[in-house]
Amino acid sequence: MTEVADAPGTLATVDARTGVGRGVIPIREDARADGCTDAPVLRERGQREVFCGLTGIIWLHRKVQDAFFLVVGSRTCAHLIQSAAGVMIFAEPRFATAIIDERDLSGLADVNDELDRVVTRLLGRRPDIRLLFLVGSCPSEVIKLDLSRAAARLTKAHAPQVRVLNYSGSGIETTFTQGEDACLASMVPVLPPRPARAPAELLVVGTLADVVEDQFARLFSQLGIAARFFPPRRANALPPVGPGTRFLLAQPFLADAARALEERGATRIAAPFPLGAEGTTHWLRAAADAFEVPAATFDRVTAPARERAAQALARHRAQLAGKRVFFFPDSQLEIPIARFLSRELGMALTEVGTPYLHRQHLAQELAMLPAGTTLSEGQDVDRQLDRCRALRPDIVVCGLGLANPLEAEGMTTKWSIELVFTPLQGYEQAADLAELFTRPLVRRLRLAA
Amino acid sequence: MQLTLWTYEGPPHVGAMRIATAMKDVHYVLHAPQGDTYADLLFTMIERLPRRPPVTYTTFQARDLGGDTAELFKRAAREAFERFKPAALMVGASCTAELIQDDPGGLARALNLPIPVVALELPSYQRKENWGASETFYRMVRALAGPHVPPPGTVRAPREAGQRPRCNLLGATALGFRHRDDVQEITGLLDALGIDVHVTAPLQAAPADLARLGEADFNVVLYPEIASLTAQWLQRSFGQPCTKTVPIGTGATRDFIAEVAQLAGIDPARALHDATARAPWYARSVDATYLTGKRVFVFGDATHAVAAARVAATELGFTVVGLGTYSREFAREVREAARLYGVAPLISDDYLEIEAAIAELQPELVLGTQMERHIAKRLGVPCAVISAPVHVQDYSARYSPQMGFEGANVLFDTWVHPLMMGLEEHLIGMFRGDAEFHEDAAPSHLGGAAAAPIAITTAVTPIATPAPLAAPTTGAAWASDAEQELRKIPFFVRGKARRNTERYALDRGVPLITLETLYDAKAHFSQ
Repeated sequence: MTEVADAPGTLATVDARTGVGRGVIPIREDARADGCTDAPVLRERGQREVFCGLTGIIWLHRKVQDAFFLVVGSRTCAHLIQSAAGVMIFAEPRFATAIIDERDLSGLADVNDELDRVVTRLLGRRPDIRLLFLVGSCPSEVIKLDLSRAAARLTKAHAPQVRVLNYSGSGIETTFTQGEDACLASMVPVLPPRPARAPAELLVVGTLADVVEDQFARLFSQLGIAARFFPPRRANALPPVGPGTRFLLAQPFLADAARALEERGATRIAAPFPLGAEGTTHWLRAAADAFEVPAATFDRVTAPARERAAQALARHRAQLAGKRVFFFPDSQLEIPIARFLSRELGMALTEVGTPYLHRQHLAQELAMLPAGTTLSEGQDVDRQLDRCRALRPDIVVCGLGLANPLEAEGMTTKWSIELVFTPLQGYEQAADLAELFTRPLVRRLRLAA
Repeated sequence: MQLTLWTYEGPPHVGAMRIATAMKDVHYVLHAPQGDTYADLLFTMIERLPRRPPVTYTTFQARDLGGDTAELFKRAAREAFERFKPAALMVGASCTAELIQDDPGGLARALNLPIPVVALELPSYQRKENWGASETFYRMVRALAGPHVPPPGTVRAPREAGQRPRCNLLGATALGFRHRDDVQEITGLLDALGIDVHVTAPLQAAPADLARLGEADFNVVLYPEIASLTAQWLQRSFGQPCTKTVPIGTGATRDFIAEVAQLAGIDPARALHDATARAPWYARSVDATYLTGKRVFVFGDATHAVAAARVAATELGFTVVGLGTYSREFAREVREAARLYGVAPLISDDYLEIEAAIAELQPELVLGTQMERHIAKRLGVPCAVISAPVHVQDYSARYSPQMGFEGANVLFDTWVHPLMMGLEEHLIGMFRGDAEFHEDAAPSHLGGAAAAPIAITTAVTPIATPAPLAAPTTGAAWASDAEQELRKIPFFVRGKARRNTERYALDRGVPLITLETLYDAKAHFSQ
């Protein structure tokens, strides 16, 4: 699963290798006609108006309930997390920052002692913690503080109660959701090995809201597929991995985690992402085909939810069809969401920006995008704003730094962070996802009236 | 290395952003990695600005660290100049760029831009947001007003006959707590005195305005954390005296009026006479009697904390039981003020220390920042916000200054509101046990007994749930008559009565809390 899927004809190869049968993905026929498989991508460099990977901590710490995230960074890092976490900061959250100060910068050996002292104090105060992440930041990366050695040293010191891992959430290396990718990738090496000759197992990879995870768990169980989720809710429930593990990405931003899983012998099931009713059906069907679930069973299990989702979406389609949408880059969710808005709600795509485009993981998504969509990767925010103003889209998906200024210019916006924090995947949430786009448009109408 | 969860202040370059965003016609080019743009949303979301802060970030990435970050900076600076056409450019580094040691000032000068370029040195690993704002304002004023400084020994020309005295208002920034309305209030107050505001800065000032700061007769320092450094320089360079009193509270406002009248050489009597402050009368009205001696804990930036303590003690009749600040630069002022009230000053930016102090002192009202609001909520103590950092609700749509006479009115309402109104407290005490006011009774507008089961559940909650931070005071059991008596105490003070009694019993090794113990404890703690 290492070939790049952006050459013509690769889709079929992917399907063959993953065992997805011909005709299972009905979009293959469309792919040539109106897909974006071969579409040129506007690659830009310049000022990026995006979060760094540290922000991932805010949802990751809610998911893994006995993990603690200790950022080793500057006051800026602490301030960023505080600003992004909002009210959560007051609820005894399981994250903090070890702020590097002047004394630490004067000599490296001292920093390690300081870090050990901070970690010991922290674990003393929070005896419930089982997994501690040392999270690298721009300052810690630039001064080349070796957090992986620190993690190994601290694991030794605090075993067996606490395991210490490390990853980087720095802005120089990661954009927003890539922090989750780095975190999951750091956990892969410590996942227990799969017992030999154990029956094939499905691993769903990527943080999902608990309610969504429960829905998927029920669906997989009704399909007769043994499924586990990664990251797990507790650090002592790490899923085993090895040859025979088939994994399905639930999120599009997991390049490194997927590679780490493949290095341990797991194979990826290619699928679009479970956003919208169609995306969810393709996603589930890719797993069903990989586990040889009969088509009749698949239809019986998914039919009620598909029906419900279709009904719920119809109302939104009436309001959104024909509306033009523009995406600023933020989370890598832009392309799957654009696909959903275009195919299931009839919206017109102008520019779809993404901080990073993983051709292979997004191959099926790209094939489903309407031809002629402008794709952009990376950002030069002022130039992108010029393009956005020139296009005058009906709704702009952007971060909170741009949303109010664009509203003040008369545009309607949907702030993108909500797309990461709200449960959106799966059938039951398809209409919630649509509503995130309906609401700002309805609001504008109401206030103008 | 310092273990931190909450930080009262951001890094110094956020202080610089507060100056840039407050001003007009300037642009700040910040050498910073991807992600530091998070600070934009403090301005667009918390302060709800309808425009982007005038800041361009170089957004260097790991792959740039090999060598061309300096080139990246120069390109960003050049493009920002061409696109935004500012009248002055600020350049500097965020914490990470400080480590890679490019020289933004030198690099920007090499571009030979036809506008003033102000290089900012903000040591991120030693200093914080307010210091950054103060330093930035000072650097901007020096760079722009510096060329107009008269030669040493020059005597200020006397004011022309018939010309009203002029002053500058210094210190208001973007993301300042009530800065917008304070400026309006003080401008109005000065106008009533017959004094014109020459330049307000940095808020709403353009570089050209900073250049003419020296023309005013004197300076009004609204926020010493931001403006005293600049005011001292203006005093040395232009011979402009500056105000020392921050006009927060009725008394301080009257002192302020006397001070500016003296600086302007005019008679303050009219402004003092016309003052429409309702707060002093409200505080004297009998309804406010119950406020007497309420124990209050005050924390915030130094200026607001010191001012709030004075208002609390002398204008509302509270007892100040704690006073502190996170502003280390102004610790001296807070220590001096703490001496006035006979309390130990708390100089700390570790919120756990502040939480411990509040839990220990058991105040009846907390005046603090957003953080103290949450601490107070957890401890079940009423609270009002007096200082940054604050969240979005404290950038209000309505006019709500802290300064001047209207500010005093705002303070009275804001601080008294969270306390139970005196009459209400009195009535509930008098009628407790009555059918209608009994704690288990449903509100009469909901039909009284009909909703009783629900009402009981809610009313019982305070007893069932132990106070979150109550010390584990097990050891003494409650006798049933004492338990009965405890239930007669209004629910909103019952938790405290229970804690106090249990602590009293524990301290004295009393195994069973009786009616006697309850009232002994009450007598002990009411001393």
